[in-house]
Amino acid sequence: VGKSKVDEEVLDDLEEMLVHSDVGVGTTIKIIKRIEDRVARDKYVSTNELDKILREEVAALLEENNSGKGTEITVPAGIKPYVIMVVGVNGVGKTTTIGKLAAQFHKAGKKVVLGAADTFRAAAVDQLIIWGQRVGVPVISHGMNTDPASVAFDAVKKGVEMDADVVIIDTAGRLHNKVGLMNELTKIKRVMQKFIEEAPHEVLLVLDGSTGQNAVLQATEFTKATDVTALAITKLDGTAKGGVVIGISDEFKIPVKYIGVGEKIEDLQIFNKYEFVDSLFSRKK
Amino acid sequence: MFDNLSTKLDRAFKTLKGQGSITEINVAQTIKEVRRALVDADVNYKVAKTVTDKIKDEAMGRDVLIAVSPGQLMVKIVHEELTELMGGEKQDINIKGDPAIILIAGLQGSGKTTFTGKLANYLKKQNRQVLVAACDVYRPAAIEQLKVLAGQVGVDVYTNMEEKNPVKIAQEAIAFAKQNHKKVVIIDTAGRLAVDEAMMNEIAEIKRAINPTETLFVVDSMTGQDAVNTAKTFNERINFDGVVLTKLDGDSRGGAALSIRAVVEKPIKFISTGEKMEALDLFYPDRMAQRILGM
Ligand SMILES: Nc1nc2c(ncn2[C@@H]2O[C@H](COP(=O)(O)OP(=O)(O)OP(=O)(O)O)[C@@H](O)[C@H]2O)c(=O)[nH]1
Ligand SMILES: Nc1nc2c(ncn2[C@@H]2O[C@H](COP(=O)(O)OP(=O)(O)OP(=O)(O)O)[C@@H](O)[C@H]2O)c(=O)[nH]1
Ligand SMILES: [K+]
Ligand SMILES: [Mg+2]
Ligand SMILES: [Mg+2]
Repeated sequence: VGKSKVDEEVLDDLEEMLVHSDVGVGTTIKIIKRIEDRVARDKYVSTNELDKILREEVAALLEENNSGKGTEITVPAGIKPYVIMVVGVNGVGKTTTIGKLAAQFHKAGKKVVLGAADTFRAAAVDQLIIWGQRVGVPVISHGMNTDPASVAFDAVKKGVEMDADVVIIDTAGRLHNKVGLMNELTKIKRVMQKFIEEAPHEVLLVLDGSTGQNAVLQATEFTKATDVTALAITKLDGTAKGGVVIGISDEFKIPVKYIGVGEKIEDLQIFNKYEFVDSLFSRKK
Repeated sequence: MFDNLSTKLDRAFKTLKGQGSITEINVAQTIKEVRRALVDADVNYKVAKTVTDKIKDEAMGRDVLIAVSPGQLMVKIVHEELTELMGGEKQDINIKGDPAIILIAGLQGSGKTTFTGKLANYLKKQNRQVLVAACDVYRPAAIEQLKVLAGQVGVDVYTNMEEKNPVKIAQEAIAFAKQNHKKVVIIDTAGRLAVDEAMMNEIAEIKRAINPTETLFVVDSMTGQDAVNTAKTFNERINFDGVVLTKLDGDSRGGAALSIRAVVEKPIKFISTGEKMEALDLFYPDRMAQRILGM
């Protein structure tokens, strides 16, 4: 920056940088306010210190929900099968994330069953079946254009019969402003609960890392319809920063658990907020 | 949001009281509000800056007394400016050639395969003989997906499950089209990130090998600040002719439309408004400007 003291101009640059990472105006102003407060408190803050303070303040917004060590979905002892329902808007990477997640559980010695409850999108069932084969886990399906709730029910039931540790339910992509489709998710949940009262134990909302401010509305509506418990941010192997998730995590108190960094089976990482914050600011300008 | 923005702008204009026109001094805060509103609509912040600088020039000296409120006048000026930026000559898709070859490219999950089906449907309804070609050899069940969609709209699909090189499949499909009197071939390709050198080389190679009549870049309307990077890189590598904006049946503001237009200066030719094969529309700059402003 070529300046030694944090002033208006430095803060303007900072605002630009945050906004450029999709952090959004609201959250950006909140972060800047926190920094201004600290500058006021500490009297003199050099631009060198600013970097550190910024990282601390952003990490603090993610703090309540995310430990720095990372927080994958852990299957608690005594719950069997642990049912995970995966939701999100069209094309964000739900099915792919399920494949990768199944691989991780499978590798950890867990018995996994997948449920093909996207019965709508062309060849969605085939896509999940191919992932099932790649990982080496069974996929429960009733084929295309069948009732997704009964597929989910059946997958949970089969999970119990097969003594599975984890059941992961794929759902069709849907835009959150479509009331009918959002109600369908609630129904899928309800039908599963006829078999296991606490199911699904986790609802994983998948967000595309290249999405801008619309992700906030996605989080709002999916949370309303399904009580989302965890977030996964995909496609962070590109140049998009996924900064919108900072505001979402802060506002909804939902932890980010995974990031997708590619299309291959091993390209799913446990979210680490320090690495995330670092990548946010590593942009060459 | 429209009320929102104009109320905000009214507030920002409070220093205007007693003055009859917009001046350098009273417009500064307002311009900042406009810029923030654009950024909140996912317009790239650099583009937002350029646009608001222009708006400022435009607004300067305008008589506000004739308007209901200075805020509303400002919104009107912004709307006009955005419309003009995204507009210009309306350009249709070019399907001259025998066969015309249309190459589809874009990021993962943006809606390419779905659009391929929709475009096939759209052209078929104009009584053209259409062939779609499945050149995504990577995504699980991508070929099957295109087969299903082609079946739904009733057009032929070219596939070669044994061939792993998409350049070859595209060439084979074009040869097949010529033999079978198809007038349009639409080439669906795999999603790819702009930073993926190997995959960007591949799409450039496909383009070079088939010399398409029209190359379309498909982009998700929910995309944030990164839209600019992606569009720039794809444009550098494949010099596309037009943009397809998808998932506009959602509630995204769609600021990416403005960013892309400003950065690559290519027209938006179609918008996608649903998962069904009929959910395809032409692009209207005026409506898009309203959407970005939340009007
Ligand atoms: N580069 C990259 N691509 C990804 C990642 N995750 C998913 N994809 C790709 O994104 C595209 C869409 O992924 P899907 O898993 O089909 O997405 P989905 O949410 O299930 O899509 P729908 O079921 O159609 O709503 C595919 O091409 C995936 O390979 C990621 O982390 N990085
Ligand atoms: N609501 C809505 N969904 C759409 C639209 N266009 C595509 N989709 C959905 O978005 C998801 C991804 O679409 P695809 O056509 O598979 O995208 P793609 O670009 O071919 O994806 P890859 O081949 O994996 O890169 C699917 O669920 C589609 O049904 C649209 O305009 N509106
Ligand atoms: K997307
Ligand atoms: Mg899917
Ligand atoms: Mg595709």
